[in-house]
Amino acid sequence: MIEAQEQNADVICATAPMGLLAELTHRCPLQCPYCSNPVDLERASGELSTEDWVRVFKEAGDLGILQTHLSGGEPTVRKDLEQITKAAVEAGIYTNLITAGVLLSKERLEGLRDVGLDHVQLSIQHVDAKLADKISGFKGGYSKKLELAKWVKELDLPLTVNSPMHRHNVEYLEEIIEFAVRLGAERLEVAHIQYYGWAFDNRTALIPTKEQVYRNADIVDEARERLKGIMSIDFVVPDYYAVRPKPCMGGWGSQFITISPTGKVLPCHAAASIKGMEFDNVKDKHLRDIWLHSSAFEKYRGTDYLPDPCKSCEFREVDFGGCRCQAFMFTGDAANTDPACAKSPHHKDLLAIAEQESQREDKEFIYRKFTKTPVTTI
Amino acid sequence: MSRERLIVVAETTPKLPRFVKMRHDKGRDRWIMLAPERILTPDEIAVEVLKLCDGERTVTAIASEMAQTYKAPVEVIEKDIITMLQGLSDKGFLTS
Repeated sequence: MIEAQEQNADVICATAPMGLLAELTHRCPLQCPYCSNPVDLERASGELSTEDWVRVFKEAGDLGILQTHLSGGEPTVRKDLEQITKAAVEAGIYTNLITAGVLLSKERLEGLRDVGLDHVQLSIQHVDAKLADKISGFKGGYSKKLELAKWVKELDLPLTVNSPMHRHNVEYLEEIIEFAVRLGAERLEVAHIQYYGWAFDNRTALIPTKEQVYRNADIVDEARERLKGIMSIDFVVPDYYAVRPKPCMGGWGSQFITISPTGKVLPCHAAASIKGMEFDNVKDKHLRDIWLHSSAFEKYRGTDYLPDPCKSCEFREVDFGGCRCQAFMFTGDAANTDPACAKSPHHKDLLAIAEQESQREDKEFIYRKFTKTPVTTI
Repeated sequence: MSRERLIVVAETTPKLPRFVKMRHDKGRDRWIMLAPERILTPDEIAVEVLKLCDGERTVTAIASEMAQTYKAPVEVIEKDIITMLQGLSDKGFLTS
């Protein structure tokens, strides 16, 4: 339970959030079928203004936010990205640009660096140009990304390469690792996609086999040892093949805030998938007020609401019962134990679905678009 | 960042890489190191060491300053500092 008064700074700070995912827009030239944006994308006409974002970052800094991901959609679609970045920097927040890299010029990147951008995270869909472009649904994207990676290093900015993993690149992990080293990345993120939102709709076309995922884990172990002090690697397995659930968001309403393009404030970027949730908007209320009192944040804060097997579980304060969105998708009640946990009565169904669907090879992608229709086969 | 693992020795002149920011977190009254997807909270002594990692001082010079401040034998301190810095370097939080 969080209770705090304006004057009681200690209490506020002890429970203050640390990370802010700023979805500046849902517009994106890429159409990756596992996009983490909600299936109901928010349109450009409703997006927050420059002034809104500048004010939000001031509020975020005051609230205790330490890091922000300037994300989307594709954040560089916004012409005011420099002003927004500058506002975050001035609020003392560590800024990470999450980009597909196909729209940025070197001049613009330099401008972003000059206002204080701390870090660039570039998505690479595959090491093979043709497959990369097919996965992202954007022709010529791969070569533009390579160009951007080169500029990032020329401008002496730090680089993370992010390759979301799935069936169509799972056998290329070694190549992806070497590729990221060659690009000069300090960090590589090879998280298997999680099957929410767009990826849930595309699960049959994307989910790898358990054996493939476990082989990936071995490859990562070896590479981490070999690349110690050269490049760090973050690896995440799909929930379907996990034994313990992830401590999603480090606990609901405990460390992170997501703000959608239109200003909705969410405990997690997928939270809109839970039916019946209501979200406050930064246009109406101060971010601190929303953090402390919004019903969406209050709803699953802490662990008191969790039923068994969580209630009596020793890991309750470690993983907080896992992911609320996944619990909702599978059990119809977001308060239930995440079925990714082996102790959940739904876990065996989750695994069975994964094992069955991972054998399918003929499924078309539903590309991420503002209107949802199958487009092509991979 | 160089494409080789940094092995920290007495002559190393350590510094934080460009993408790691060390700053005081006023709200929580502690020092933090910020990097993408990572927040480190070094303890009080580590903070003092890191403040001296300016890319010019050697580990030996840092150890001797710390030995004076904390009135401890310089050999012990130097060994501890090397271990700590090597750990940070292997995680990608330190360069030279």
